[in-house]
Formats: sequence, structure tokens, C-alpha cells
Amino acid sequence: MTTRRSVRSVLPGVRLTLGFTVAYLTVLVIIPLSTLFVRTARLGWGGFWDAATAPRALAAYKLSVGASIVAALVNGVFGLLVAWVLTRYKFAGRAIADALVDLPFALPTAVAGVALTTLYSQNGLIGALFAPHGIKIAFTPLGIAVALTFIGLPFVVRSVQPVLETLPREIEEAAATLGAGRWQTFQRVILPALAPALVAGMSLSFARAIGEYGSVVFISGNMPGRTEIAPLLIMSKLEQYDYGGATAIAVVMLLTSAVILVSAGLIQRRAARRAA
Amino acid sequence: MATMTVPGARQHGLPPGPRVRVRTATATTESAVARRVLIGVALAYLLVFLGLPLYVVFQEAFRKGLAAYFTALREPELLHALRLTLLVAGIAVPLNVLFGIAAAWAITKGRVRGRTLLIALADLPLAVSPVIAGLTFMLLFGMQGWFGPWLRAHDIRIAFTVTAVVLATIFVTLPFVARELIPLMEEQGVTEEEAAVTLGASGWQIFRRVTAPNIRWGLLYGIVLCNARAMGEFGAVSVVSGRIRGQTTTLPLHIEILYNEYDFTAAFAASSLLALLAVVTLAAKHLLERSHHAARARIIQEQEESHQ
Repeated sequence: MTTRRSVRSVLPGVRLTLGFTVAYLTVLVIIPLSTLFVRTARLGWGGFWDAATAPRALAAYKLSVGASIVAALVNGVFGLLVAWVLTRYKFAGRAIADALVDLPFALPTAVAGVALTTLYSQNGLIGALFAPHGIKIAFTPLGIAVALTFIGLPFVVRSVQPVLETLPREIEEAAATLGAGRWQTFQRVILPALAPALVAGMSLSFARAIGEYGSVVFISGNMPGRTEIAPLLIMSKLEQYDYGGATAIAVVMLLTSAVILVSAGLIQRRAARRAA
Repeated sequence: MATMTVPGARQHGLPPGPRVRVRTATATTESAVARRVLIGVALAYLLVFLGLPLYVVFQEAFRKGLAAYFTALREPELLHALRLTLLVAGIAVPLNVLFGIAAAWAITKGRVRGRTLLIALADLPLAVSPVIAGLTFMLLFGMQGWFGPWLRAHDIRIAFTVTAVVLATIFVTLPFVARELIPLMEEQGVTEEEAAVTLGASGWQIFRRVTAPNIRWGLLYGIVLCNARAMGEFGAVSVVSGRIRGQTTTLPLHIEILYNEYDFTAAFAASSLLALLAVVTLAAKHLLERSHHAARARIIQEQEESHQ
């Protein structure tokens, strides 16, 4: 059993479990995802370029990226605040607030979508507060940003929280001894230590937002060129059986989130090396 | 002067660490006013952004009274969607549990080559938009897909059937169990299992008697998250199901249909079932985190002691 070079263990069942793992991943992950690249190759460079850069597609990328950046920034600020409050302070309901942070992970996106649309439409609980001032939220890009903010919050909180918990208090004490005020200590000492985790959390929030569908489809209004995000455009291409066009946009989206996730990984690794 | 514990010791129910008395003048804490303002803003944000959407689901579901709510829940199409959702999760979750255990065993206990690649592949579905996940299965099984002509020649339909819904659900929920078990089993090492081998235990005996008790909380944690996603998946399932009413519509897809027909009471009644699932999931997750993290902390502590 241990004669094969790929296995270096005396424990039984390794070849069996490895075989199952590789077969499962091949059938369910590698083969399905490889279809995207095969289909792109069939389009040819010209066909791919035309589909990927059509005006409607460009408008969709712009909206998806813009709204996702807004969501990541809002989550960066409020996610950090929530993580800070949950880690540093004791207060009634802390445990419930902590559990509530994961709601966007646990609540099915379709439910989030219909709930947010109801809340932010003109006669909804929140929408009604803004409507008299001429601010429409649902069915505008603003509504899309709201939904993407909802979906991304836990990523930032859960990235920052563990780092904040293990941050040694001594450095804060040292800063205080050297005469720094609390805000100065936060800016100069705590924030730099948190920055890699914060950037990682915001990137995860961004990557999730780029591909999000369920929570956005209801609130966005889906007007081509105005409130149509990239995943929705893929959907409507599919409904017209334009698989090539759908694939081209999918590949652009996958590459975008790959770039974001890889650079976030690099930032984190560099920070870890500097800290070591 | 106040007393406080070591930061982090209380988080996630870690066993209480050494309690240390620290002088907390204002040197490393904020003033009471600043503290209250920060807590207030954070709680207000959580309530408005996360609490209100949850509240509005139940408010809308019960808007026309209990009778209307329960009538909506008894609609045959809704019941069919509910049964389909349970069926899909009932297939996808056990398969991904099996995969998660097998992958974690091979990667951590077998120390196989290419482990980084295997872990990355097992995590990949999380980085793929659900709509793109659905698209890939259409490129495989759809009319214009790889297997499309062959499937048609043999009169087999996969696209727009329950089979496709199950496959897409397996894809999007594939990482959840594996990503909990791999780090957990990595920390536990192989010494206990190797001891069992020298005592003559079989592979199944080792797993059941040695490994399983060590990973049960992590496993359960993964199952809870996997199940929540399996029952709530929308984008991927929406693409591959063809949304054939009363046939391939799971509960989330049925919510969309009801909502688009302006049948809000029914849409939110159906939503309330999934919102309840979310609340139960959050409670289970929170409770399991205590056990799960306590178990991990115990292992780390034991390892530190054995190194000394």
C-alpha cells in the first residue's frame, strides 16, 4: 500500500480516499469549469472579444465593479467597527450581535433579495424615509450597492476579528507610554497591524459581490445598460441560448475575481513576512 | 482600576485562559462615552442592515394574518418545492460529507503529494459565481453542450431536470465540509491513528474509534453550513433547472415565481421557512463554534505541552 510514491503514510485507506477525492474533483469541478475555456477557444479571439466588449457587457462590468467597490469600502469601514466592538467591549446582546453577523451567509440569497427589495422600495420601511427627498434606492444602482453590502459584511468582520483578538495589548500600552492618544494609537499602531486582514476581507467581499446574483436580481430592476449587473447579463444571454456570449462574459468575470483574490493573497503574504 | 481577561480568551467560547489582572486606566481603552458611541453605531448598523431584512420577511408573511399564512404554506406547488429542496439537500449534503472526509483523510493523514492543488480545487467553487457554476453544467449537458448530442441520441435529459439541480447544488456546496475538516485534522496529526495501526486496528475501526470522536464538532459545523447553502442555493439552480414550475423549482426558485406574480404573502410565507432555517443555522453555528473551537484549543494546548 505504501509502495506508491505519491503516498507517504502507514495509515490504511489513503489510496482509496485519494482516488475518490481526485475522481470527485475531476467530475464535479475540473470538467465543468474546463468547459468555459473550451467554449471560449471555440469562439476564437475575434468572437470572444466582440462578445466580451459589447456595449451592454461593458456597462454591466462597470456597474458590477463599481457597486462591488462601493460595497467593499462600506464594509471595510463598518466591518472594522463591528469587529472592534465585538472583540473589545462587553455589552448586553454581544453574543446575539456576533451570531447575527453571519446572517448573510445563512440566509438564502433569494430571501435576502425579496426582503431587501421590500425594505428599500419607495413604500418600504427604509425606502419611504428617502423617497420624499427624491432618493430612490430599489431599482437603481444604489439598491444594487445596498444588496452587495449586505452580502459582504461577514467577510470583513470574520477576517478582522481573529487578528484583533490576538493583537498583543503590550504594543498599545507601549504607544500610550510614549504619549500617544487613543486615536493616534489606533491610526499608527493598531490599523497597520489590521490592514492585511482588512484588505483580505474587503477583497473577499468584492469577489463575492462581483458574482452575486440572488440578492441583487430583485432589487436591481434589470434594465440593460443601466441596472444590469454582469451575472444578470449572463442569465439573459442563457435565456436567449447565446451560450458563447454568456461564456465570454463569465470568463472576464472569473479573471477579474482571480486577479483580486491573488493580489489580496500576495498582500497578506507580504505582510506576514514583514511581521515575521 | 478594572479587571479583564486576556483578550481573545472569551471569544468563541475558548476555555478560560489564565486570568490576568491588568490595570486599565484610559491608556489602552477608550473613554466610556467613546465606547458607548462606538457600540451604539455598530449595533444600529447591524440592526438596520441585517436585522431589518430578517424582520421584514416575517412581517410581510403575517401581514394578512395567520390564516392567510398557513393557507399559503399548504399550496401544493409550495409543498412540492419544499419536498424537492429537502430531496436535493438530502443527496448533495451526504455526498459532500463523504467527499470532505475522504479528502481530509487523504490530504492530512496520507500526506499525499499535490495537497496544495487538491485544497485549492476543493475551495474553487466558493470563488465561482453561482450563475457561472450553472453555466458550466449547461455547457456540459445543454443542447449545445459537450454531451448534448449524445444525450439527445440516447433520449436522456439532464439539463432542466432534477438531476441538473442536484449536480449544481453539489458543486456549490462541495467546499463546506472539506474546508472545516482539513485544518482540523491537520492540527490533530497522525500519532493517534498510527498508534491504532500498531495495535492492529483496521482502517474503518481507526476512523470510527480514533478520528471521528476528534472531528465530530468540526464535521457537524461543516454539515450545518453545507446544508444551509444546499437548501438556499438560487443562482446555479436557477440556470440549470429551467425553472419548470412544479417540477424543477426548489423553494428559493418558487419564492422568485411567487414574488414576480405579486403574490407577496405566499412569497414571504415561503421565505419565512428559509429564514427560519437561517436562524436555526446561526444558532447551531454559534453553539457548535464553542465546542469546535474548544476542541481545537485543547489540541493546540496539548501540542504545546508535549513540546515542552
